[in-house]
Amino acid sequence: MKKRAKIWLGLILVIGIAVLAGWYLHHHLVAVLQPAGQVGRKERNLIAFCAALSLLVIIPVFTMLGIFAWRYRESNVRAKYSPELEGNNLAETIWWLIPTALIGIIAVITWRSSYAMDPFKHLEANKPTLHVQVVALDWKWLFIYPNEKVASVNEVAVPVGTPVDFEITSDTVMTSFWAPQLGGQMYAMPGMTTHLNLEADTVGKYGGVAANISGKGFAGMKFTVKAMPTADFTAWLRSTKRTSRVLNAASYAELARPSENVRPSYYGAVDTSLYDTIIMNYMMPSVTQTNTGKAI
Amino acid sequence: MFGHFAGAFLGRLSWSALPQDAITRGGAAMIVLGALGIVALITFTHRWKWLWKEWLTSQDPKRIGVMYIIVSVVMLLRGLGDVALLRAQQATSVGNSHGILDASHFQQIFSAHGTIMIFFVAMGFLFGLINLVLPLQLGARDVAFPFLNSTSFWLFFSGMALVNLSLVIGDFSAAGWLSYPPLSELKFSPTTGVDYWIWSLEISGVGSLLSGINFLVTILKMRAPGMTLKKMPMFAWSVMGSMTLVAFAFPILTVTLTLLALDRTIGTHFFTAGAGGNAMMYVNLIWAWGHPEVYILILPAFGIFSEIVPTFSRKPLFGYTSMVWAIWGIVLLSFTVWLHHFFTMGAGANVNAFFGIMTAVIAVPTGVKIFNWLFTMYRGRIRFATPMLWFMGFVVMFTIGGVAGVLLSVPAIDYQVHNSLFLVAHFHMMIISGVLFGYFAGLSYWFPKIFGFRLHEGLGKIAFWCWAIGFMLAFTPLYILGLMGATRRLDHYDASLGWQQLFIVAAIGVVFVLLGVVAQVLQLVLSIWQRDQRRDFTGDPWGGRTLEWSVPSPAPEYNFTIIPVVSARDQFWADKQAGKAAETKYEDILVPKNTGAGLIIAGFAFLVGFGMIWHIYWLALVGLLGIVATVVVRASDDEPEYILRAKEVEKIDNALRRRKQTV
Repeated sequence: MKKRAKIWLGLILVIGIAVLAGWYLHHHLVAVLQPAGQVGRKERNLIAFCAALSLLVIIPVFTMLGIFAWRYRESNVRAKYSPELEGNNLAETIWWLIPTALIGIIAVITWRSSYAMDPFKHLEANKPTLHVQVVALDWKWLFIYPNEKVASVNEVAVPVGTPVDFEITSDTVMTSFWAPQLGGQMYAMPGMTTHLNLEADTVGKYGGVAANISGKGFAGMKFTVKAMPTADFTAWLRSTKRTSRVLNAASYAELARPSENVRPSYYGAVDTSLYDTIIMNYMMPSVTQTNTGKAI
Repeated sequence: MFGHFAGAFLGRLSWSALPQDAITRGGAAMIVLGALGIVALITFTHRWKWLWKEWLTSQDPKRIGVMYIIVSVVMLLRGLGDVALLRAQQATSVGNSHGILDASHFQQIFSAHGTIMIFFVAMGFLFGLINLVLPLQLGARDVAFPFLNSTSFWLFFSGMALVNLSLVIGDFSAAGWLSYPPLSELKFSPTTGVDYWIWSLEISGVGSLLSGINFLVTILKMRAPGMTLKKMPMFAWSVMGSMTLVAFAFPILTVTLTLLALDRTIGTHFFTAGAGGNAMMYVNLIWAWGHPEVYILILPAFGIFSEIVPTFSRKPLFGYTSMVWAIWGIVLLSFTVWLHHFFTMGAGANVNAFFGIMTAVIAVPTGVKIFNWLFTMYRGRIRFATPMLWFMGFVVMFTIGGVAGVLLSVPAIDYQVHNSLFLVAHFHMMIISGVLFGYFAGLSYWFPKIFGFRLHEGLGKIAFWCWAIGFMLAFTPLYILGLMGATRRLDHYDASLGWQQLFIVAAIGVVFVLLGVVAQVLQLVLSIWQRDQRRDFTGDPWGGRTLEWSVPSPAPEYNFTIIPVVSARDQFWADKQAGKAAETKYEDILVPKNTGAGLIIAGFAFLVGFGMIWHIYWLALVGLLGIVATVVVRASDDEPEYILRAKEVEKIDNALRRRKQTV
């Protein structure tokens, strides 16, 4: 009776937790599993495949653990006891080989996906790639459209179905550029350029964050990706161009000063050499760049 | 004028270094009152002399081991206190509410949490257990270099003291437990926080390196006659693997920290942004130490399980040779995977793919070990004592965490979960279920051997269940949060994301873990209280298989009256099967004299660290000269050992054995 009650209680608990978890997940956005672009979708599929593959390990291990623990418990004197059993070449060969085979499969997946989904590689699409330069600042994101000659802070508009090449650097400490519903992340580092190629294929607003600790205002260093139809994007460019603010060395210096929880803002015109200047500043040792503030 | 003088004399130190806000003041007060309380207790019970003679200057690895574990347990409490603050912040700091901590304070706490848990809980606990068990298992009377051993412990203690001093004077690093530059450079972290981090790890890291070499030599040179490497207990094998990693990895840490310290103190540009500095180099170097570090911690835990499962299944370990190869496979591979900590730093596809595959390959030897443990249980007679429960919990959680790890090893997947709470859940699952559960199992297993009485089983089991449930509650939500896009180290998030419920569940998990800790403390107190009923007179409370169970409990300072001769893997089990009684023959034994030199060296090292942190360079110089002088004085001592006469040994042994017979 007592044992039965325990089993029922356990069952109810498990079902209860499952229902609660299901309800929760149904009502909330699970960004990585609900992608809005081809890169995120491929990554989600990879996650699902590898997780399914791992069941081949989890199920036998858990089953054996349960069965062995139950069957060979001390009080079960009927179970066979082999106090001298200390190995079996065949058995051991099998469990050297099974994980090796599984990892072999994972290795092939790893090799192929690393090339196919190299974030530096342009995505294949009918439309030409949109270039966006990204600068991580304390504590906000600056997006520069070098060809369209506009810029925005903490908001990046992209046309759906168009591949985007984010060219990423930092003008402060290292952090990481991540828009989970579009896919992947890439470090933003001072004096370096990295690339992240993404595409949104569904209209919508998607959250993006700084994923690597970057100081006091780190938690508030967020941006929104606005994925819009091409026509809307053209309109967005047009309206942004009408903004009177110009992004040049002076206004950039103003922007680069540390600030937290920054609202989106826009620049109607841009000094297109700015991004390269930001990086080149780190290439040349100058008095302002020395660590202790003393000239050497 | 005075300011100038003070600057030369006290460096950066001034009254403003004392804590300025309520929570820090509370923490500082706890540290100071705790320390004062201990001092007062010792003074009023007149225990200083006893403490100095029996413990602080002891060269007995078992005593040193106990001291390591005491420090680790106290630090575990501090680390958990930090967790309680972190999770309380994350459960409340949503939308318009900003919780209980400001951002920089929150960042200091998680940096301290990681640093303390890895360096001053896990490493200390590890060296403690090795000290307790290794010489006994090898049939040796001591480690190879007893004085070095005590010096290592005290260096570890100095590092720990510096980390905790940062609560009272100055601040701690807010740049994460690995303090990546450029954030950890002077420009972005101008206070003493990062310096505390650097110097506490420099000092304790040197201690770790010395320990590593010490134990490696102990294993290679001090095994009992007849104990060939292939007759060595599996725990000793795992320690050998782990200490090999220490010997190769810790120098990297020391050098990396030194370079960062140079950047911060004399203005070099190893890792700065600009002026030729390269932060990516730091990230590579720190993980070239950091990844092996994971295996430094976990291999001995594997070794502990390899002792516990056979004992409690009453069967020899399944697949001994496979187990040894698996250890060395892991040792080798652990140096080929460090880049998987930063697939997102922009390396090419070929580099990422290589490191991804090497990472997944480590799952093979690890999987083999799991299968071998399971088949050790197969056809056994399993007793579910506390150590065995920790093992079962470990298998379940480690497998789940390991599978998450294989996901993370695929670069294309890693881009989506790196730096997220998914990653946090993964590595906590590996380190808590793998490392901590293993060490808890080892402690409850070997406790009677060291102290002579058993721990209360019922409370031990309650502790296990609290930990296991709390642990699942605390980390399962983090896997989901990670997939929802929650990054690690957030002190605040938007209400619209709906993450709060999961953070609250995680916080409830922490409460369960704390209950587990309460049960463990109660277990210890109750067991000490009832120690007379709980005495282990047999020396072999669990039906053990290896040499440590052949000597009386508690094991005497010299371990063995005569060095055993080994001819089988589970020598003690074989002796018991053959009905062979312990020989009673006595000989003169060379025992190291007590010395405070290790403590003094570490005290000077503390001054070096404190001086460097606060730019009080004369103090650092005094510390350095003090170290050199102490080493010279100690090295000129021609008689560091004394002879324990056979008669004396007989008396001690008879006392231990008579007690055994009176039962």
